Amino acid sequence: MSKYLLNKFLFTVDRDPDLVERYRADPRGTVTWWEAERANQILNLPAIEASTWLKFTADEREALATHDYVQLFELGAHHFLTLTLFIALFERDYDEPLGFQKEYAARLSHWRLPYPDIST
Amino acid sequence: MATITAVIASTHHPFYYRASTATGADRPPFADEWVAKIEAFRETLTRADPDVLVMVGSDHFHQLWLDNMPQFLIGKAPFYDANYYNEEREFGLPRMFVRGDEDLSAYLLREGMDAGFDLAFSNELRIDHSITCPLITLRPEADLPIVPVYTNIFAPPLPQPKRFVQLGKTIRDLVESWPSDKKVAIIGTGHLSLELGGPRQFGPHGPDPEFDRKAVEWIASGDLERALAEVSLESLWLPGNATHGFMDFMLMMGVAGEGVRADYTDSLDLFHTMEAYFTWYPGGAGGPATGAEGAR
Repeated sequence: MSKYLLNKFLFTVDRDPDLVERYRADPRGTVTWWEAERANQILNLPAIEASTWLKFTADEREALATHDYVQLFELGAHHFLTLTLFIALFERDYDEPLGFQKEYAARLSHWRLPYPDIST
Repeated sequence: MATITAVIASTHHPFYYRASTATGADRPPFADEWVAKIEAFRETLTRADPDVLVMVGSDHFHQLWLDNMPQFLIGKAPFYDANYYNEEREFGLPRMFVRGDEDLSAYLLREGMDAGFDLAFSNELRIDHSITCPLITLRPEADLPIVPVYTNIFAPPLPQPKRFVQLGKTIRDLVESWPSDKKVAIIGTGHLSLELGGPRQFGPHGPDPEFDRKAVEWIASGDLERALAEVSLESLWLPGNATHGFMDFMLMMGVAGEGVRADYTDSLDLFHTMEAYFTWYPGGAGGPATGAEGAR
């Protein structure tokens, strides 16, 4: 489990308008590139001081590569990060106000407390 | 010594700005009532006539990140830029710029550490909607210097609820001992029951109206004893997965004082989450509020 890295992906994509569009258009390619080039960058350090050990599990990689926010929830990705990024990705495709957010809730409606642990 | 002329606690609903400025077909049906309540709430700060605002909120994974996460942080900078690209994108919030009061920041940091809180600090902090929402609602001119106080209500492990209360009490004591002739308002925002990114999100009301009813009564009556008895880090998952933001309300209850009833209380049942607004006047400097549903 690398919940921290899942969150790091969601966080670093969400804050970059170009990456949001790239991830919407090409999720698998973006995840592959990001894991190779960005996963080990410490955000407050220059590139030469990168980490060496961070990688996704197969389940995590597949959940990100398929825009599967239900699976991200179940893997313990931080609910706020997932929601915020996925609103940016998909709210535009819904005519009804909050249409995407309500569908998101419905797709998680089989969940009861306790929810998956988000501790990192 | 400085004088605290108002203590204010509220929710921070990021949709207020867009709802209140929308016109025509874009204006939601609840906007007029919401604006009227906010304008009445704003008057409770205006009449307190503060010189400085201490503002308690929480960074929503903007500048503060999991590689270096403070529990309690005070900004100490001459200026603060505000709001982020993803808040413009999702909520339509404007970019903002506010002055800081570095003297009060330095005082709270030094004295706060000496009082038992190992506070983190930031000399370059971009603040987000947890602080700009109350500026927009309570002081839209954003013309007063601020001291931002950030709490971690987001990224476990979190401090215990009692630490939020203790920090609130400490902030109250420290501001009152600040060697200054300025008038200070202490403003903090949090959440009632709230779900984000879970199955109970964006319903017709907050996810747990019964929790909201109890929480509003705890806050309005200053009932810290009951709030602390019923609230724990574990229990806060039950009303909604983002309800740990209620601990910022508990911090503000610590500022307002045990058993001190709010001079002004109002609420608005909205989709998604309940709005709630509270003002206390320590020493009666601003006088009790009138109008709306205030002064219960």
